[in-house]
Amino acid sequence: MHKVYHQIDNIAGNVVNVKAHGIRYRELAEITSRRGTSLAQVIRLQGDSVSLQVFAGARGIATDAHVRFLGHAMQVPFSEALLGRVFTGSAMPRDKGPALKDNFIEIGGPSVNPAKRIIPRRMVRTGIPMIDVFNTLVESQKLPIFARAGEPYNSLLARIALQAEVDVIILGGMGLKHDDYLSFRDTLEEHGALWRAVMFVHTAADPVVECLLVPDICLAVAEQFALANKRVLVLLTDMTNFSDALKEIAITMEQVPSNRGYPGDLYSQLAARYEKAVDFDTAGSITVLAVTTMPGDDVTHPVPDNTGYITEGQFYLRGGRIEPFGSLSRLKQLVNGKTREDHRTIMNSMIQLYAGYRETLEKQSMGFRMSSWDQKLLKYGAMFEKEMMDLSVNVPLEGALDLGWRILAGCFDPVETGIPSKLIEKFWPKQVSGARAEAGRSQA
Amino acid sequence: MSTTGRITGVNGNMITVQFEGAVGQNEVGFARLGELRLMSEVVRVRGRYADMQVFEDTTGLAVGDRVEFSGELLTVELGPGLLGQVFDGLQNPLPELAEKCGFFLKRGMYFPALPRDRSWKFTPSVKVGDAVSAGDTIGTVPEGIFQHRVMVPFGLNGVWKVAEVTGAGEYAVDHIVAKLADAQGAVIPVALMQKWPVKIPIRAYAERLRPTEALTTKIRIIDTFFPVARGGTYCIPGPFGAGKTVLQQLTSRYADVDIVIVAACGERAGEVVETLREFPTIHDPRTGRSLMERTVIICNTSSMPVAAREASVYTAVTLAEYYRQMGLQVLLLADSTSRWAQALREMSGRLEEIPGEEAFPAYLESVIASFYERGGVVTLKDGSTGSVTIGGTVSPAGGNFDEPVTQSTLKVVGAFHGLSRARSDARRYPAIDPLDSWSKYGGVVAAQDVAFARQVLGRGSEVGQMMKVVGEEGTHLDDFILHLKAEYLDAVYLQQDAYHDVDCATSAERQRHVFATIVHILRARMRFADKDAARQFFHRLTQATRDWNRLAMEAEEFKQQQSRLEGMLMEADSHA
Ligand SMILES: Nc1ncnc2c1ncn2[C@@H]1O[C@H](COP(=O)(O)OP(=O)(O)OP(=O)(O)O)[C@@H](O)[C@H]1O
Ligand SMILES: [Mg+2]
Repeated sequence: MHKVYHQIDNIAGNVVNVKAHGIRYRELAEITSRRGTSLAQVIRLQGDSVSLQVFAGARGIATDAHVRFLGHAMQVPFSEALLGRVFTGSAMPRDKGPALKDNFIEIGGPSVNPAKRIIPRRMVRTGIPMIDVFNTLVESQKLPIFARAGEPYNSLLARIALQAEVDVIILGGMGLKHDDYLSFRDTLEEHGALWRAVMFVHTAADPVVECLLVPDICLAVAEQFALANKRVLVLLTDMTNFSDALKEIAITMEQVPSNRGYPGDLYSQLAARYEKAVDFDTAGSITVLAVTTMPGDDVTHPVPDNTGYITEGQFYLRGGRIEPFGSLSRLKQLVNGKTREDHRTIMNSMIQLYAGYRETLEKQSMGFRMSSWDQKLLKYGAMFEKEMMDLSVNVPLEGALDLGWRILAGCFDPVETGIPSKLIEKFWPKQVSGARAEAGRSQA
Repeated sequence: MSTTGRITGVNGNMITVQFEGAVGQNEVGFARLGELRLMSEVVRVRGRYADMQVFEDTTGLAVGDRVEFSGELLTVELGPGLLGQVFDGLQNPLPELAEKCGFFLKRGMYFPALPRDRSWKFTPSVKVGDAVSAGDTIGTVPEGIFQHRVMVPFGLNGVWKVAEVTGAGEYAVDHIVAKLADAQGAVIPVALMQKWPVKIPIRAYAERLRPTEALTTKIRIIDTFFPVARGGTYCIPGPFGAGKTVLQQLTSRYADVDIVIVAACGERAGEVVETLREFPTIHDPRTGRSLMERTVIICNTSSMPVAAREASVYTAVTLAEYYRQMGLQVLLLADSTSRWAQALREMSGRLEEIPGEEAFPAYLESVIASFYERGGVVTLKDGSTGSVTIGGTVSPAGGNFDEPVTQSTLKVVGAFHGLSRARSDARRYPAIDPLDSWSKYGGVVAAQDVAFARQVLGRGSEVGQMMKVVGEEGTHLDDFILHLKAEYLDAVYLQQDAYHDVDCATSAERQRHVFATIVHILRARMRFADKDAARQFFHRLTQATRDWNRLAMEAEEFKQQQSRLEGMLMEADSHA
């Protein structure tokens, strides 16, 4: 039914050119060569010359390959049958399940009308004090984890996915190491969460540009679930790989790079994906947690930099811990006033004191004399890092707040914390041992 | 007969069109995609080919598809009913679009900006035979708290006579309320609304003046240290998360102006939603009406089409100029001008123009300059004055101000509020850097006091730097006190709690009062036994002054707290 073209004029990078008529912008094509069949997408039309971006990479494609245009843009099947399944970066089954053929939806659809959005209002509980207490995650937030390669960001994602009370988890892997993919899958399976998860996994072994489809596929599927009243959590790892694939295509198309080789539209490209995070006024929601690895541990690198300008805060993962400085949930104030009356006070006081601890450390390293106040801060800092910051700590928000009071009481006199006396009276543990009983009570 | 053409190329949001007939630069055309008509604008003409930027997603367009040219530039509708509205960059009313299309934006859907089914109470102010020219008032309609002027079309040349004018009554925006005739017998109808091309400034005024009067934003560090003038321009560059948007949101609430136009240009939709949902519920103390009634939102957020983002700042400034023509003080807040510059860069790249620094087009600087030039104070033909003040945020790559957009902007604006990462990390909000920022305008407090306070800040910061090297032990007590004074000024005056009911907005009168007291404290000679005593004193003084900031000026406690501060000062003098 669709015409097949046999003559490829040009092959450069992962882009091929064919002469064809009546082809629509962004239409998909199948390119069949000796190496197999790959999807490709129209990225430029010029007279009768059509430029196609080949998702499986143009390596091995010969000028006599067959190009068949499909007459539509990229689509994915959507149904409840997706749950529990694993697909490739171009939505083919990666598990042993059947290919899904019903109810195709277009990906990369238009954005939500701002007039239909609402102000986010629900906290996402993670059991991680550095998030719940200090930078609360909010349903419909878009938030990246900034980390150097090698930090345990993927296990952090998996843990949040398991503990967050969401209906559907969608994992988008881009250049994901095979081991990491397996451990994601196994973790979800062990905790019985696989049945409410869908994975679209492009691994480091797959052709680089194939990962370009992953965010759009994940978000299109998420959007459908959200419209069906589901609370969806989308995990995207690693968006730096996605950006690098964009860069590769841009260079092939001879676009003038704006900054370190990245195309000038990197901001718009990333924003188009992140802005899919939404809380619908009469339906479900999409929360997006992403990983952005920072080449050279440099936040001013174009990928983390553009991301920071788009997302609603960021978590810095450094040395296996979520760094309290620099990390920010810009939406936290929408929810942390409604949790427990001491939440904001604990959040502010503990961070201020921890900042004091950091200054003291600096002074100490310069060889300055340590005052008795410095000694207190040193003790506090060590306790804070061990009992709060450590990622293995897993307590509900209320337990973490109680823990905060115990740490403060173990290090300071009430007046030294600057906490209003009203809260001191109510929450300050009478004695450190008695505090535990109290904490147990308020948790119950 | 209008010109038509056929698409010969598609590259992102740019199409190349081969046309028959005449085509003008910046003319609007529509690319046909089945039933859909996608609005586009001519950005370059070469021979029989026009390059056009499409204000919509171009998915599905094909070579050979038809393009219809309109013969018109990109225009907006100007008339009663703009206030309180939320438009996209092309002046599509978003709530109406939501009503018709549901959750998602739909390309190719264009609605009139001003509803045609609503009527307005018109009172004529001219009579038959009166001589009028562009911008003169024909009559008025009440729009919220304003007398909205119905004006002679801004593009009309020469002097015309009123040939006909209707009596008072209720009319829809497109109703003809008057007819004007010139000596040659040409007749021009005047409706409640008119149209105007966004990229051309409205110039129907008598004279442009120098901006001299301060515009009170109620943010202390701005009004006292780096003031903005009515009709002036300013920019807020800063790295991500430093507080640009929060600063603009505060300004849009509290600034002492008649009308605020918010241009959300390529930033987060969520931020617009906050304004959109909250403003209708916030009461403007000046008018007793909701803030929304003095606000227009132009919203082309980051995931909306890029070319329309470029148009959105022009749409916004045109609306601002329109209300200025009514003798009103208008403030335009654009967040972020960098996204607009990036839209220019994307188009320039597709046109394969020779790129300048960081791939921005070589004409970036002149485009930015002519945008800010649209700010200003003018006397209108009836003697009243109106103003457009423009404040734009800039989002420099890597937070480094040494980049084309920041630098081009700094050349043309009258004030620079540079946000620093160090200050925002230390939660010293608003994070405007007091040492780097500047303003060419006069502020609300005495200039010599400001100069003195800036000196304290500068020297205090030098001492702070030195102390990092030599430690507190190696610092002289007098220097140490100077440092504490600078920190004190920062903590109680430069920093301001955006979320506190009283502290969030400080009137000009209060700024004069409080600043005088604080300068008095800064000038005082203080003696302390040692550094610890000094530090403790300033701790208490800071706490007490912050408490003072949180008391309403009319409250009795305000005076009491001030006496307390004065008492503490005496105490410092008698120490040692
Ligand atoms: N004046 C302030 N008072 C208290 N908190 C503030 C203030 N300004 C900024 N913040 C905090 O910083 C966060 C980021 O601020 P904002 O959104 O204004 O940054 P931005 O400079 O606009 O960043 P971007 O360039 O990414 O849009 C806010 O969500 C808030 O938590
Ligand atoms: Mg912002």
